[in-house]
Amino acid sequence: MLETLERRGFRNLLPWRAVSSTAGRRADYNRREVATALVMLAPSFVLFTAWIFYPLARSIYLSFHGNDLFGRPTAFVGLAQFQAVFSSPSLRETIVRTVVFTALTVIPGLLLGTLIALALQAPIRGVGIFRTLLATPFAFSVATASVIFQIFFNPGVGVFNAILNLAHLHPVGWLTNPATALASVAVATVWLQLGYNVLVLSAGLQGIPEEVYEAARLDGAKGFTLTRFITLPLLTPTLFFLLVVSTVIAIQSFGQIHILTRGGPAGATTTLVYSLYLNAFAFGSTNYGLASAQALILFAIVVVVTALQFGVLERRVFYR
Amino acid sequence: MRSNTLVRVASYAGLSILAFVMLFPLLYAISGSLMTTREISTYPPAFLPSSPRLGNFVDVLRALPLPRQYLNSVIVAVCVMTGQLLTSVLSAYAFTFLRMPLRNLVFGVFLATMMVPWEAIIIPNYLTMADSHLINTYPALIVPFLAAGFGTFLLRQFFMSFPRDLYEAAQVDGVGHLRFIWSILIPLSRPALAALAIWSFLSAWNQFLWPLLVINQDQMATLQIGISRLQDAEAATAPNFILAGTVLALIPTLLLIYFGQRHIVRGLTAGAVRG
Repeated sequence: MLETLERRGFRNLLPWRAVSSTAGRRADYNRREVATALVMLAPSFVLFTAWIFYPLARSIYLSFHGNDLFGRPTAFVGLAQFQAVFSSPSLRETIVRTVVFTALTVIPGLLLGTLIALALQAPIRGVGIFRTLLATPFAFSVATASVIFQIFFNPGVGVFNAILNLAHLHPVGWLTNPATALASVAVATVWLQLGYNVLVLSAGLQGIPEEVYEAARLDGAKGFTLTRFITLPLLTPTLFFLLVVSTVIAIQSFGQIHILTRGGPAGATTTLVYSLYLNAFAFGSTNYGLASAQALILFAIVVVVTALQFGVLERRVFYR
Repeated sequence: MRSNTLVRVASYAGLSILAFVMLFPLLYAISGSLMTTREISTYPPAFLPSSPRLGNFVDVLRALPLPRQYLNSVIVAVCVMTGQLLTSVLSAYAFTFLRMPLRNLVFGVFLATMMVPWEAIIIPNYLTMADSHLINTYPALIVPFLAAGFGTFLLRQFFMSFPRDLYEAAQVDGVGHLRFIWSILIPLSRPALAALAIWSFLSAWNQFLWPLLVINQDQMATLQIGISRLQDAEAATAPNFILAGTVLALIPTLLLIYFGQRHIVRGLTAGAVRG
């Protein structure tokens, strides 16, 4: 920005003359301007402090303390709450389940999203209408989608078992069988997330310049070759972005589990976030210490996933 | 050119099937909301009502505090949207146009707020609300979401592409910051503001876990909570009833998706909506 200003010869016209050289970084700021900036940043900063930074610190405090039946922190217990999360088999399970659930939603979501976005590249008139229609799940909240899928999963009159029946297969207790419950919740989640995925991937595909395709066609590439060696490599930044975002969203899933299974049957869909909810809030439970330890583990997982994906995967991603 | 026609027909057919499968939950919800209780509970399932009736909508609005919950959701979403627009315009303006020490560091702190999952700080935030006796109030649903790192980021991206000459000219002419924002910056930033408005509205409208915690009266519940409680009362008996409520809840967001899509796409890659 400074270079632009200097290039334009504005340097001495500017009211603040905050021109810093690369050598000496001491810029003389205009006091009034700084004051204005602080006033303008204040509303956001105060809100962030009250509802994000302070609670983060308080979560750490709670997680290092035990608590009484009213949830009030008692003695300092060090890392005991974290140890409890990792040593109790049922709590450790919730972390594994979260990973499985995330894989079950993110991978199909990316694959299906890519296929649909590619189909939407068809050179036909009115394809924009299809794009709008195929983004429909994005209009659904987790509650509305879950309520509809609840009816679909109904073992007696639901749509899914009707389809199985048509194929002469035995009905499945989608949400009542511990073996299928997590995958069933994942199915609803994939559908809910798919509208967003299609929008993002379509935007990514439309961002690939036409000249690239023309050049490749001149070299004789077409059909699947074109998709495999031109389109997909150029789409990787978008896929990568979506991988990060949808992983973080999947890890935080709550509403669909609450509405479809309440974490059951027999804990088969109790993920980390749902377990946190059960420990802190459900059935009059106030185990804030343990739940805060889980909250911080969740936070750490999100930070690590984001960092890992940016650090490791980014190197293998093709950037234009 | 016969193969060309063939490709075109195949494309339309393929996309139509795809659209049908993708839209099936919505089509089923609309269809089911027009059925009688007996019709929707038949086996094998019926997919179209024999004689569509609007009675379910009347019933669901009359039997439950759904109109009130609808109003609650509108109030909350509009307040959150307005608040985020205000706070984000101010902070994005400061980050883009004003010079101050440690500006990039502070901006980094703002960005970092997007990394904190709401679920990870929900216990202290719940306790704050409980201690301030704000359970079952609008402020509990609104205040924590009045500022957003996402909004600041999105608007700053847009402001950065703003012709700087205009800002400088305004400075030379002695135009105050607020007047500059109000009469020059905002009118020229409508696309970005529309994107932020839609995203903040959608995320507030669709919230689930937070309203579930801070509201325990039906009269103060948001629509999403109301919809999810329909099943507790009616699941086995009247899916048509539940679906009517669901369709009502979907109308605003469907309109936003279908008519505001280009604005949504603008906000897409800037970040995700909180669950």
